[in-house]
Amino acid sequence: MRTEKSPSGPWGVMASFDSPGQLLSAIARAKQAGYKDMEAYTPYPNEEVIEALGHHHSKVPLLTLVAALAGGCGGFALASWVSMQAYPMNIGGRPLMSWVAFIPVTFETTVLAAGLTAAIGMILLNGLPEPYHPVFNAPGFERASQDRFFLCIEATDPKFDSKEARSFLSTLHPIEVVDVAP
Amino acid sequence: MSTVFDERAIPGVPPRPPILGEGQTPTTLTNQISEMPLSPPLKTPKWWLAGFSVAFGLLTMFLFIVTYLFMTGIGVWGNNVPVGWGWDIVCFVWWIGIGHAGTLISAILLLVRQQWRTSINRFAEAMTLFAVSCAGMYPILHLGRPWVFYWLMPYPNTLGMWPQFRSPLIWDVFAVSTYATISAVFWYVGLVPDLATLRDKAKNKVARVIYAMGALGWRNSARHWSNYEWAYLLLAGLSTPLVLSVHSVVSFDFSVGIIPGWHTTIFPPYFVAGAVFSGFAMVLTLAIPLRVVLKFEDFITLRHLENMAKVMLVTGWIVAYGYGAEIFMAWYSGNEYEMYMVNNRFHGPYAFQYWSLILCNIIIPQAMWLRSVRRSPFWLFIISIIVNVGMWLERFVIIVISLHRDFLPSSWDMYSGTKFDVGTFVGTIGLFLTLMFLFIRFVPVVNMFEMRTLTPQATAKEKAE
Repeated sequence: MRTEKSPSGPWGVMASFDSPGQLLSAIARAKQAGYKDMEAYTPYPNEEVIEALGHHHSKVPLLTLVAALAGGCGGFALASWVSMQAYPMNIGGRPLMSWVAFIPVTFETTVLAAGLTAAIGMILLNGLPEPYHPVFNAPGFERASQDRFFLCIEATDPKFDSKEARSFLSTLHPIEVVDVAP
Repeated sequence: MSTVFDERAIPGVPPRPPILGEGQTPTTLTNQISEMPLSPPLKTPKWWLAGFSVAFGLLTMFLFIVTYLFMTGIGVWGNNVPVGWGWDIVCFVWWIGIGHAGTLISAILLLVRQQWRTSINRFAEAMTLFAVSCAGMYPILHLGRPWVFYWLMPYPNTLGMWPQFRSPLIWDVFAVSTYATISAVFWYVGLVPDLATLRDKAKNKVARVIYAMGALGWRNSARHWSNYEWAYLLLAGLSTPLVLSVHSVVSFDFSVGIIPGWHTTIFPPYFVAGAVFSGFAMVLTLAIPLRVVLKFEDFITLRHLENMAKVMLVTGWIVAYGYGAEIFMAWYSGNEYEMYMVNNRFHGPYAFQYWSLILCNIIIPQAMWLRSVRRSPFWLFIISIIVNVGMWLERFVIIVISLHRDFLPSSWDMYSGTKFDVGTFVGTIGLFLTLMFLFIRFVPVVNMFEMRTLTPQATAKEKAE
């Protein structure tokens, strides 16, 4: 089954493979051939594929660090402000700024802010939630979440020509090459 | 690229049993694991219907008991001066402790690259989440006025009131609510790619739409995985100190007070070890029947059970050390109240509970030194139940024995739970099991995408590098 070519051309051309090894060599060959805008889809994370496509720099760690610092400072500031200004109470003659007692709360707010940021940051940096995306139009793409490895050359690539891309991908011993309708 | 440690390559060391059944490929394991959530409603297995009915019945009973409690007040429970904390706090600590194994498996074993965690982390995390939900019931029910529970949170209000940040009870609010939130987030993040698999495999339109909403449009792209791996690793790193902090903070509820038997520095590590001990016991209690009814012997192998038994053996000894340290410190402190408390545990009216606890938590688990016991699902199941009981008794011993002999002999009293205490506890077990059965039915019990990384296809390539 092939998708009808729409007037504006396909969103990309996609080849599917059986194993991560084949996908990796396909990425290398496509890079050699001068393609730049491409993306791989794998049923489980694969470090080499991520690195081959230059995706290994993620902003998630930095965001998480910032959130952790903010959460920690915020928690400590809250506990100090409440204990010294908003609701000062003399507990057994101890100083109002009894900072040791504020550490558990500081720790918890650090972890809470960092953890929520790591998760939400990952989702937003991935552009999710995204109900529609053209790759789902590719026939057989449902196996990207099961057992197949996909490489898609996207139409935004300067060198992109759907016919050429298709014949190029066919030389890489794929299981199948399909057009991705926009 | 990381090199996977190939344990079969060490000369002179007998090969370890595999952590994945022979002949499993990404295709077969995906099909097998997703079978249950994707099976149509009319094909729901009979064991599930039967189990869910019982669990839901208990949950309904819980609803009635809680309604009666709210109408009447917490006087229906057995706690009264001097024993102001009874079954409610015993069960709270018990449930929180059970949750710890889930986070330990999902976070700490991930960081130390224990690949056998992969097949049990999903349902252990679910267990954490549900156990914390059950635990959270108790402090709120115990408030007496549960509808104002939000007063525990720091927020500007017309009363001009703020929480007391020097109180362990407020630390507890922060610790438990953070733990519940982060556990839920960790669990959901781990679930997203698997929900995408269910979305892609679902034949039923309603199921597909629901799973698609949960999957958020996940498309398995390399860019997605890159951010994902970072987020997952960071969540694991954050959860590791978090899980150690939760039971430490719970132990502060006791150890910061000056009650004999509570006021010791051994409490935080001893509580954490006890939590892991009871948590692994609960994982075994759940995993052993589950692997049989779901036919998951390929994923949850005897090696998994054996490893969990070893963790229990180690943490059991840390707990035993805690018991020893309590006795030693009571004697070494030279404090007559502390020494009296120990004597009262040994020979007092609750001596039966104390010695049962020693039997359940220290003596019987030693059977796990035997390899044949560690590899026998039947015996591990029995031991895990015994440890669950023992850990419940431990909290009972700590809380009730210390409280029932107040500093003033005129205040001494005996404590026992009423039928409402028992009903509330059984009711939370109903809540736990109801959630567990729903989880088994609608969510893949084993993390599919991580299991794929254990297949020969994925590992063979890494070796070739």
